[in-house]
Amino acid sequence: MARYIALLVAAVILLGFLWFGLLRGDPRALPSPYIGKPAPLFVLPTLKDQSKTVGSADMAGKFTLVNVWATWCVQCRAEHQFLMDLAAEGSIPIYGINWRDTRPEALRWLQQLGDPYVASGFDADGVVGIDWGVYGAPESFLVSADGVVLFKQLGPLSWDIWERDFVPLMADGGASQ
Amino acid sequence: MKRFLIVMAAVLFTAPAFAIDTSKAFDDPELQARYDKLISEVRCLKCQNQSIKDSNVFLASDLRREIRRLISEGKTDAEIVDFLVTRYGEFALYRPRASGKTLVLWIAPFLLVLLGGFAMFRVVRHRMSLSIDDETVKEG
Repeated sequence: MARYIALLVAAVILLGFLWFGLLRGDPRALPSPYIGKPAPLFVLPTLKDQSKTVGSADMAGKFTLVNVWATWCVQCRAEHQFLMDLAAEGSIPIYGINWRDTRPEALRWLQQLGDPYVASGFDADGVVGIDWGVYGAPESFLVSADGVVLFKQLGPLSWDIWERDFVPLMADGGASQ
Repeated sequence: MKRFLIVMAAVLFTAPAFAIDTSKAFDDPELQARYDKLISEVRCLKCQNQSIKDSNVFLASDLRREIRRLISEGKTDAEIVDFLVTRYGEFALYRPRASGKTLVLWIAPFLLVLLGGFAMFRVVRHRMSLSIDDETVKEG
């Protein structure tokens, strides 16, 4: 009898692992090591004007959303309307990192679909992408007024995700905890 | 048959076109050896379960380029590994470093062997205490 109880307990534990594994969501999603730490500093030429730059200095002093996008990224197209709506709502400035893209295609994208970004940095060779630990667009980082990464969203944003994961983190008005 | 041979030859000789980084990264064999070792130990985050040595997605080639740059800037292997872990976390390494977070990964195999050994010891000792002619006796 004791043997059967032991087996049952073992089976329940193993099933627990299975259950946990199944409900864990995307097993390929990696937590960002930057959460709660200062966002990597960056300066990039802007997409629209090579002679201008955009970077960490422009983002200081307010909550910002850093969105990594590219025209070859199918999910970015799905996300774009949300970014347009978020920009129209005006609660947070959105900075783009145009990752591993070409200028003409990226500019055409913004012309056709609209431009939700305060500015997009043009990261042609992916150096800033690597600094931010980006491995698949779209990725979006919520950065606090003092430059700390509060949250990272892997994959396209939506209002549901925005209100669930981002809005509560911005409740205290600008400084990180 | 002739056509078949031509097609086979075409397939064979286009293979190098798919190869990754066919040219050597460094003239110095010592640096090249370090480079080869590093890129075979770094996971391609986009194509998990491939090392960046075996992958040709652009993220892997970007990471190889960064590793080449760091080596030629004179960074040590430990500094290069730090560079990657800061950005992508411990998961980027195929051989995670021994640290508080990864301790369980490192000691689990030894614990399991110990546990199994203990169980085997118990079973064997129990069996040895049985008399020889008790094959019909039920276990338990």
